[in-house]
Amino acid sequence: MSTVQRTGVDDETRTKRTFEYAPGVVDRDDPLHGELLELNMGPQHPATHGVLRIQVLLDGENMVKVEPDVGYLHRGKEKTCESLGWRKFFVHTDRLDYLQPLMNNCAYALALEQLGGIQVPERGQTIRVLLMELSRIMAHLIYLGTTSIDLGAVTMFFFTFSEREKIYALLDAYTGHRMNNTYIRIGGVYADVEEHAEREIRAWLAQFPRKIDEFETMLTGNRIWYDRNRNVGILTPQMCKDWSLTGPNLRASGVEWDLRKQQPYSGYEHYEFEVPVGTIGDCYDRYAVRIEEMRQSVRLAEQALDRLARTRGAEFLADDRRYVLPPKSTVHTSMEELIHQFKIVTDMSLPKGEAYHAVEASKGELGFFVASDGTSHPLRCHIRAPGLMNVQAIPVLAEGRLFSDMVSIIGSLDFVMGEVDR
Amino acid sequence: MTTLEGFLIALAKTVVIFLGVVNVAALMTLAERKFSAWMQYRIGPNRVGPYGLLQPLADGVKFIFKEELTPAGANRFMFRAAPILAALPSMMTIAVIPFAPDIVIGGKNFGALTIADLDIGILYILALGGLAIYGVILGGWASNSKYSLLGSLRASAQMISYELTLILTILSVVVMSGSLNLREIVEAQSDITRWNAWNVHAMPQFVAFVLFVVATFAETNRHPFDFSECEPELVGGFHTEYSAMKWAMFYIGEYSAMTVMAALTVVLFLGGWSVPFWPDAPWYVGLAAMLAKTGCFLFLFLWVRWTLPRFRFDQLMRLGWKVFLPLALLNLVVTGAVVSLR
Repeated sequence: MSTVQRTGVDDETRTKRTFEYAPGVVDRDDPLHGELLELNMGPQHPATHGVLRIQVLLDGENMVKVEPDVGYLHRGKEKTCESLGWRKFFVHTDRLDYLQPLMNNCAYALALEQLGGIQVPERGQTIRVLLMELSRIMAHLIYLGTTSIDLGAVTMFFFTFSEREKIYALLDAYTGHRMNNTYIRIGGVYADVEEHAEREIRAWLAQFPRKIDEFETMLTGNRIWYDRNRNVGILTPQMCKDWSLTGPNLRASGVEWDLRKQQPYSGYEHYEFEVPVGTIGDCYDRYAVRIEEMRQSVRLAEQALDRLARTRGAEFLADDRRYVLPPKSTVHTSMEELIHQFKIVTDMSLPKGEAYHAVEASKGELGFFVASDGTSHPLRCHIRAPGLMNVQAIPVLAEGRLFSDMVSIIGSLDFVMGEVDR
Repeated sequence: MTTLEGFLIALAKTVVIFLGVVNVAALMTLAERKFSAWMQYRIGPNRVGPYGLLQPLADGVKFIFKEELTPAGANRFMFRAAPILAALPSMMTIAVIPFAPDIVIGGKNFGALTIADLDIGILYILALGGLAIYGVILGGWASNSKYSLLGSLRASAQMISYELTLILTILSVVVMSGSLNLREIVEAQSDITRWNAWNVHAMPQFVAFVLFVVATFAETNRHPFDFSECEPELVGGFHTEYSAMKWAMFYIGEYSAMTVMAALTVVLFLGGWSVPFWPDAPWYVGLAAMLAKTGCFLFLFLWVRWTLPRFRFDQLMRLGWKVFLPLALLNLVVTGAVVSLR
């Protein structure tokens, strides 16, 4: 290996630096000692799910040292929130975890509503639950597809994407956008669900469990899939606690912690659903938990549709003119409504104080911390992105394992760089 | 038959078989894309020619006109030699594969449809098959890229360990037929009434058949054993740094290796050109039977690739050394015992 010519760094420097990374791995007094290989995975690498860079120090096929390097997709979202103001930031939340834009919208809206003490009407909450569960399914489908393609089951990727495409079509018809919907508003949602949209979503939900069965036929009992994932990347509950992992990663370790159950929001306490947990917390458990979560999400979405059918015609947006835009028709005819519209668009302010609200997103606890000094712009907006914590767990799980396990681990931890880097 | 006549016949056979295998390899690239598309709710290439049939041609033209890149610090000679070394052996192995029985046209016998009717045909195939690894090793090493190096290391370890299983399973067949000549192996299987007819059909070599088929996947670096490429971890494995026609050469090598291996499977285990219950079928029926059987195995290569996840490197090695090798050995011993006791 030493015969391979390198440009830039001379051999001596490189060796020195390498040994600093992992002292004691190679015995330099041994005349036959090997060399460690420093491999740079990413930021442009097929398996890093975006622009994550991972420096890996390899001893043959074994990973000695793993160091994730984030920040290649940093766009300064939190600062953008401070300079754009409360309302305009909604459109940026879409771009955090871009696989579940509606979930991000909801989390941000819930934080602002907590700060402003705004009550969302029941129908608005139900629509949010429906959209959040659809988002969860969409995000999990991406997880399943990308992880399968990383582990070589390329066809699965197309199976999951074709299902996701159908949800996109539904959302396109309902929210006007496939991706980046920006559909949730303070106090509710932008518009009501129409009856035909409800019917179409219900029809899709009815056939989806069969598709999950199909995915499972491809993977769950597959010996290769099992071997690639079982006992790989084991997370104990204590490790999850240490690395503040939440969501499916935590539940796969056997901890029954789901914010929808523990700290219900948007009326989740009225829904019937199970929280799947794993046993040992390896990649296979994380896969199994996510598969089951998709089934539970179908259940939740169906219940939400039932509730929507019962509350048809009810209010879906809070009637609070401090924060909620008046209907366009009244703006043109009423002086007060015009003033409301003007005030909200130009300088809607939230009361002084702080608020933190978290939702159970597809990748874990997605929380927004907002601090207001009573003006139209936030004093601080911090996003607790679960993906960042998931990335941090990579070295813990990967070090000492085979290089091939890296893709299982990255895939099963499930993160999106848009959210990690913000 | 004069010397000139013999030379012309041999030349005609060479041209037919060689062009045949190159074209099959090219068509396989199209088939791969078409079948994968159908499995994945897609349409696949359909712009060039009817049903996209001319797509391989368009690809070839594209590869020729692409810019060839050589990475800095690469060993230029090896870097260029590797694709040739990868493509050549599999094309050469096709020489001993018999595709049809004696060709009889207008009462004149032109001999079996094979380039070389070698008495040590099996040895020839194994020897050349062993050479194929050089293209992969050198390609990965000469690229001066870490991904390529890792990919070629994996591929070489894998191909060497599976070659043993391959050889042992072939040996069992040789024991059954009592010949190293591929044509004679086919003829030994062709009589359906005999106990070893169709080494698989009559079941005596079923274990060897399964092991052989799995080993061919490893030998040709095909999914689920494609560690040399393994795009999630190693980007492109040993051919990460290759571009244009050099890259295409690796693929020609891979697809012709698949074709050879599929044909070899048919010859060794499924009675080559013989048609069940029609022992004196004319040569063109035999040729069609041979091609049809080979096609089935080529389809198997595609089917598996687009269905299964990939093994991990150490799991593959464990499977090869701890499961396949003992099984193949046992099978050989049992076969030898049965044959000698009969």
